[in-house]
Amino acid sequence: MTGRGTPDRRERVSSAVVAAAFGVSALGAAGFAAVYATGGQTQLEGLTLAVAFAGIAVGLSVWARRLLPTGGYVEEHEPFDSPPADLRLAAEALTGPESPVRRRGLLAMLGLALGALAGAALFPLRSLLPFDRQRPARALRTTPWAAGVRLVRADGTPVRPADVPDGTVLTVFPQGHRSRGDVPAFAVRLDPARFTAPPPGGTVAGVVVYSLLCTHAGCPVALYLQGTARVLCPCHQSTFDLLAGARPVAGPAARPLPGLPITVDVEGYLVATGDFTAPPGAGFWSLR
Amino acid sequence: MITRWLSGRLARSLDDRLRVAPVLRRALAKVFPDHWSFMFGEIALYSFVVLVLTGVFLTLFFEPSTADTVYSGAYAPLDGSRTSAAYASTVRLSFDVRAGLLMRQTHHWSALLFVGAIVLHLLRVFFTGAYRRPREINWLIGVTMLALALFNGFTGYSIPDDLLSGTGLRILYSVTQSIPLVGEWLVFLAAGGEFPTAELVPRMFVSHVLLVPAVLAALIAAHLGILLRQKHSQFPGPGRTENNVVGSRFWPSYTVRTLALFAWVLAVAFALGGLAQINPVWIYGPFDPAQATSPAQPDWYVAWGDGALRLFPAVEFRVFGRLVPSPFLPGVVFGGLTFAGLYLWPFLERRRRRRRDRLAHQLLDPPRAHPARIGFGVGVLALFAVLLAAAADDILARILRLPVLHVLSILRVLALALPVSAGVVAYLVARALRAGGGRGIGELTRSDVRSAMRFGSRAGGVSTGVGDPSPVATAEPAAGSHDAARIELWRDPDGLWRWRYRDAVVVLAASQAYRSRPEAERAAATAYGDLPAREVAPSGGRTGEPAAMRERAGRIAGRAGGYLALAAVALWRGRRARRRPPP
Repeated sequence: MTGRGTPDRRERVSSAVVAAAFGVSALGAAGFAAVYATGGQTQLEGLTLAVAFAGIAVGLSVWARRLLPTGGYVEEHEPFDSPPADLRLAAEALTGPESPVRRRGLLAMLGLALGALAGAALFPLRSLLPFDRQRPARALRTTPWAAGVRLVRADGTPVRPADVPDGTVLTVFPQGHRSRGDVPAFAVRLDPARFTAPPPGGTVAGVVVYSLLCTHAGCPVALYLQGTARVLCPCHQSTFDLLAGARPVAGPAARPLPGLPITVDVEGYLVATGDFTAPPGAGFWSLR
Repeated sequence: MITRWLSGRLARSLDDRLRVAPVLRRALAKVFPDHWSFMFGEIALYSFVVLVLTGVFLTLFFEPSTADTVYSGAYAPLDGSRTSAAYASTVRLSFDVRAGLLMRQTHHWSALLFVGAIVLHLLRVFFTGAYRRPREINWLIGVTMLALALFNGFTGYSIPDDLLSGTGLRILYSVTQSIPLVGEWLVFLAAGGEFPTAELVPRMFVSHVLLVPAVLAALIAAHLGILLRQKHSQFPGPGRTENNVVGSRFWPSYTVRTLALFAWVLAVAFALGGLAQINPVWIYGPFDPAQATSPAQPDWYVAWGDGALRLFPAVEFRVFGRLVPSPFLPGVVFGGLTFAGLYLWPFLERRRRRRRDRLAHQLLDPPRAHPARIGFGVGVLALFAVLLAAAADDILARILRLPVLHVLSILRVLALALPVSAGVVAYLVARALRAGGGRGIGELTRSDVRSAMRFGSRAGGVSTGVGDPSPVATAEPAAGSHDAARIELWRDPDGLWRWRYRDAVVVLAASQAYRSRPEAERAAATAYGDLPAREVAPSGGRTGEPAAMRERAGRIAGRAGGYLALAAVALWRGRRARRRPPP
């Protein structure tokens, strides 16, 4: 073994540290295997694997810092302008007499063909929206809410006006359309005497129903502030005043929550008399 | 001994077939600058490797589908509940696949590390002017990779189809939908219909595990290829010019160092993945369009967009009777401006200069050298810091015990005031540092600050006060004196030519050997111009390294071999002892 004779304490310590670190790494790897084999435990798996990699990391770091030269080298860096002769030769090769670049007419026709192909290749992108589905503007404007559709709870049971509790909101859906994104609405009982603007959907025994989706970015306005009769969106803190026709009073929303026109059917259950008074959720270009 | 013989044979047989020696010789001698700030890009690279490794594991268990399924497994609160296949398989791979949770959490943590390292790398490149000619292409590639990383992070945390990410997805859907003219069609084509659709999860999955990673891998290759071709830039310093790179060689110093960094990234990622819970989707529950979590925060790298949506006032307007909804300005326009600004910055800055800057730059700017650049950069950073805080306004309100709308008003004021004031302060500090020539902010004197405020004279603008002037410039008057910068050439006993640069401060050895004297002289002249060169007697070891350095690597390998041999002997003797019958 070379270099045994030079007594360099620092170096001996360093190489011992490196060897020990690699040893610790091997132990960590074995530990990981053992933890995995005995049933696995996430924290221990992470810890043992981290020890295994950290051992290698420490070993290599000490090796690089203490046992290998740092700095002290220079490499020349040629400037990036090519020699003029090279430039000229390259230009000649590219545009010389045999070069396809010279055939202007053919190139134009090739460009036409490729352009047409590129245009045609865009058409299959339309398949991303299946043809049997509604086009965007229509789909965004309409929901399954319609005259005679019952308001049901998340579990599908219909709602009487008396079922709407005081002091909280009840999330309702059109019967048979529980999981669609644009339908969620909420029913809330308010004192009609406090209204500063009439609710767009009307009231039935103090019950009003609004779309649950914020008119800013479509999050459910899930937080009800009972005292002020306001609802707050947890995403961007848009706030709507339910006493003033769900007008936005704070935050980034600019349009009121659409109301759901309601009445009571012969069995005494709440039903819609039509779709929301405006498209629910976030705005879009063709919303007039 | 054996390893050296083996690697020698392997190298020989490769060279016989590919003739790699000439290329390899130069590649191994490539010089990397020694500065910690050059490591961020490598951290990003290694995080990407961790992402691919852990991600492949996850794809083997994740089901990208919103089909109704029943989860049954070890996580009792959800056992027997009906959820989408994507959500159920995420819970299953977290609780029922052994080491699955470790891989999933490590994957998520490395995504955060990945974007974090990219952003730090971008800031380093920005504040030191490393994007200037000839490196504009790599700046453009880098910004593209940042955008792709953000997008892939978003699709990655959205595919488990949980309540938190589903809400985030709905926000992104609404923001895209707000684009005038094309917005509705864009989201309907991307999602296959009105939110939420069954197509969304599988499409995001393909994009997350195939399309974007493939593009990222190609761009990483291009980024590194261009880096190799252009070589590293470096900070100014003794012996450093526009025509050289000073630092450590790729082999062996840098190879060991970069592998150490790789191991560090792995260690940190797995430590976080094992010990720190992240994105516990089983707590959030499956996505339901009628429910939301509160508080709701996205991952940090998209939080600036969410913060902008929260802070921006409710502005909607109509164009030709058509609606431009409120998320358009803070979401689409602000995000678009951010990336347009990033893409265009090198070209905008070049135009802004009085004389159009057409020079190639290999020496970096110390940040203080361009007060306007640092002022602008710090101002933008301050704005993004406020936006990040704004994305957590509900949490801030809870901590500060203030109504959330008050917090929002405070943040709105801060979003306007802080960037300007922080930018102006950074601008003045940079001018003062430049004028004073001090090493750091702590050494600034009052007169430095006063001269930084004096705009009529060019007091703050003349002296760069940083780094040492180029050695080529100082060499001229002192030529002949003992300390003058010079090139020394010599011939090694093996017939190869070497050279080194020497001045009063440093000695820098050429990273490779040359076959002839003119070749060595030409390389030295490329690096240092017309410095006086003279032949000297060959020194003992390889110059530039302390004599002992050369043998250390060999010695450590030797020692490891020795320990192995000892262990083998001990094992063998133990066996024999056991086999021997007891006396």
